[in-house]
Parts: sequence; structure tokens; C-alpha cells
Amino acid sequence: MSGRKGRPGRALDWLAPLALVSFLVGLWQLAASTGFLADRLGLEEFLVPSPAQIAEVLWQDRALIAENAWVTLVEIVVGFLIAVVVGLGAAVALHRSELLRRAGYPLVVASQTIPIIVIAPVLVVWFGYGIGPKLAVIALICFFPIAVNTLDGLQSVDRDLTRMMRTIHGSRSRIFWRVEAPTALPYAFSGAKIAVAVAVIGAVFGEWAGADRGLGFLMLQDNAQLETARLFASVFVLSTIAISLFAIVSLLERRILRWR
Amino acid sequence: MLHLATGENLDLPRMTASVSGRGIAHSFDGLTVFDGFDLEVAAGETVALVGPSGCGKSTLLELIAGLSEPDRGRIEVGDQSGAAERLSLCALMPQTDCLLPWYSAIDNAALALTNRGSRRSEARAEAAPLFERFGLAGFEQSRPRELSGGMRQRVAFLRTLLSGKDVLLLDEPFASLDAITRAELQEWLMPSLTDGSHTVVLVTHDVEEALFLADRVAVLSDRPGRLLEIVDSPPAEGASRSQQVTATAFTALRERILSLLREQGSGPLVDAPGAPR
Repeated sequence: MSGRKGRPGRALDWLAPLALVSFLVGLWQLAASTGFLADRLGLEEFLVPSPAQIAEVLWQDRALIAENAWVTLVEIVVGFLIAVVVGLGAAVALHRSELLRRAGYPLVVASQTIPIIVIAPVLVVWFGYGIGPKLAVIALICFFPIAVNTLDGLQSVDRDLTRMMRTIHGSRSRIFWRVEAPTALPYAFSGAKIAVAVAVIGAVFGEWAGADRGLGFLMLQDNAQLETARLFASVFVLSTIAISLFAIVSLLERRILRWR
Repeated sequence: MLHLATGENLDLPRMTASVSGRGIAHSFDGLTVFDGFDLEVAAGETVALVGPSGCGKSTLLELIAGLSEPDRGRIEVGDQSGAAERLSLCALMPQTDCLLPWYSAIDNAALALTNRGSRRSEARAEAAPLFERFGLAGFEQSRPRELSGGMRQRVAFLRTLLSGKDVLLLDEPFASLDAITRAELQEWLMPSLTDGSHTVVLVTHDVEEALFLADRVAVLSDRPGRLLEIVDSPPAEGASRSQQVTATAFTALRERILSLLREQGSGPLVDAPGAPR
């Protein structure tokens, strides 16, 4: 996703994936509409919908899907932002204090080893059916890549630059804002891009553990009621949300990291 | 070639500080870099340090600058001997230009001013005349990566100058440049160094550069660094750099220093910039 401005291959950047996706969707359409897939799997045809059928359901139930997608989108964005604030804060704190880094780093790693699918129902027991548990799950998933990448960035600061700053009236805080923070920013963005992509998974887990709305909730219901076409429609919308958010973070990155 | 008389528009302190080191002993990474080293630099004087690579010249600058304290011995800048006080009087120009890639050239040059709390617009206004004078006009808004090596080095030099410090510690400021750019910068730098407004300690591999820029040249021994000899530079003969460096007195001194260095085993001119210090 890095900037490749002005290169002749620019059109290829979106043409190639588009062609591949079109090909795969076409293949799927063919296999499903001819009954080949259902036949092979020994299933009723409605359980193996074609892309055209999914699109039809997506259009028919657009109000229902949009309503639930909005709920999930809000959860993702707020949960992600919480992780950004906490992750950056943790990275700076761990960077500042050697003691804290030694004591806290294993804890940061441990945060990623928590099996989300197990902890999510517990969070629902603790915090109820509201948005709280979903935000907690999303933030927990997003925290790790942001904190670890940002800390790596802060630790990679060129010592020559900080020494140079010290000889020209650079205070501790000026060195942080003028040298350390800009050095760490590209790392923080890398972490944020990973985080935003996995945030969607966190939202679905969070909703599966206990919710009365959202795309994850809708998928769970559709699965139980064998509404397979709408299930796929929800997956499609969820992916679109993830890709869009990723693109927004990438755009922001290019805007802010002008010097690169 | 330009001869520029810096100093007149520069709002720099007229009273400058001397540098004195006595009995400096220092180890770094288990290596004894100095074991009883003395150096005296008078206020307003320019002293060049030449010596085999690895003899601790860069370490010495860091010690003078107050970035660290020597294991033993006493370093005074002016009449201050504490590291924090020395740091407030010394500016260090490191071997690499150390420009911040996220700032424009002029914001890099004015970094010391904004570090001290000047507003960015005021700092730029103060740096702008110097851009003109140092042949950087039109490049104020360029990012460091858009500048040539010589220009980057000039911006780094301006940044050091604009710190307003009494003592400038220059660590091989031209080592990474080609010979022509190097000669040009030496001529540009000459006036701002020798007008007595600053005390300058210049580390260099280049004996010619040392003799051309400095009032005195201190020749250092191999590690642990001792002062082998301190040589007065010849008085400037002729207007241009090439006239000066080809004068008989100049070349004779250069050969003497070179032979002193050769006796130390490793010649100063064979090692590349950035070699282990």
C-alpha cells in the first residue's frame, strides 16, 4: 500500500486485483448457478448461493443490513480509537522507563495471547449486553500491534539526533516531539493498519458472545435460520468496512508522513 | 569563489569562552581512550585536532560538549566545569549532518531558536539572511533529502551557528563531501570561524583543512590519545585558498604533521569517514 506515485504501474495496482476478484466471482457464479456446487456437497441449492443471489439479497434487505452494519462500524471505530490512545500511551510509557519496560513488556505480549473467543463471553457477563464488551474486545485485539510497533519505533531513534538536539537547547519534551515522535510515527501507522484490519474480527467475536444487533449478531441468526445468502451478504459488507478503514488509515499515513 | 564576512549580521555574543582540559582520562567500551590528556584553547581561537583514527577525537568533543563526563580529570568551558553548564555553552556539529527529515531546510537551521521557545516565524526570519549568505537562497522550504550533500552540510553548519553558543565543536564537518565542495565550504566557513566571535574545536582527518581553518593544529597520538605537538598555522599568504595551501610555509608544515602522524602507524588520510572512532 505504499505510495507509488507517478509510476506507470499505477493502473495495474487496482486493475490486477479487480481482474482476479472478477475471475473468482465469475467462477463461483458458474459453479453455483449450474447446481454443480450443491451437487458436489450434497446440499439443497439455497444453502450454496451464487454471487448474483447474494447481491439480490443484499439489495432486498439493504435496510436491515445497513442498520446492523452501522452498529458494527461504530463499535469498530470507537474500539480502534481506544486502542490507538491506550497503545500509544503504553508505548511512550514503556519507552520512557526502563523499569516499566522490563516489567510491562511481558504483559503487553500476554494481552495478545488471550483467546478472544473465550474472554468475550466473560466480558459480556461482567459488562452486560451493551457496547462495552464489544469495545473491550476490539480494543484488546488492536492494542498489541499498535503498542509494539510504536515502541519499536521509539526505541529505534538515532542517538546522534538526540545528542545533536541536546547541544542546541533541546529539552526532554522538545526531543520527544521533534525527534522521537516523528521517528516512531511510521511504525505507529504500520501497527494501526494491522490493527484496523483485525478490528473487524474483534467486533464479530464481541457480538457473537452476546448482542441483539450488529452484523455479527445478524450473521449468527442467519446461520441458525439457514439464510445463507444473507450471511454471505453480511460477510461482504464486513469486508468492505475493513478494506475502507484500512484505506482511510493508509491515506492518512501518506498525508502525514510527507517527508518520506 | 565567495568570500563572506559573517558575523556582522549575526546576533552572537561577543564575549566567548575558553576551553581547557586537564588530566583527562576516559574509557569507552573497555578501551582506554585517554589517559592524562591536556588541551588549552583560548577564547575566540580555532584549534584543529588531527590524529590517527580511533584516537578518541570525537569522544573528546563529546566530553567537552558536556554530553558525558570524563572518568577522571577536569574540563572547563569558560569558568564552568559541570557537564550541564558546558552543554549550555557548547554546540556540537556531528560527523553526519543530523538534519531532521520531517523539517524543511530553514526549520532545521532554526532548530536551536525554536528549541529555546522562539515562534517559528521569528526563527525563520532570523535564519533567512544566512540562507542568502551561504548560497542556500531558494532552498528554504526544501526537505533535507532534496538537498545535495554540500547543501545539507551548510544547513547543519547554520544550525550550529544559530545555536548562539560560544563554543563550536565541529566533528569532521566536511568528511563526507567531495574535494571541490569541501574546498568551497572551507572558504565559506573561514570568515565565520576566524572572526574571533567563537571558540572552535575542529576534528578533521585532513591536515590541509586543519592548517587552513585553524589558528593552531593539535596533533594527537594513537590510543590512548596524547598531545604529540601543537603547531601554529602559517599566516595566510595570498587571497585564495589555493594560493594559501600551496605556499611554501604551508606545505612544509603539512608535511611535518603528516610525518608525525605516519610515525603513529596509521596514516590519517587512508581511513574512510565514519570509520570506527
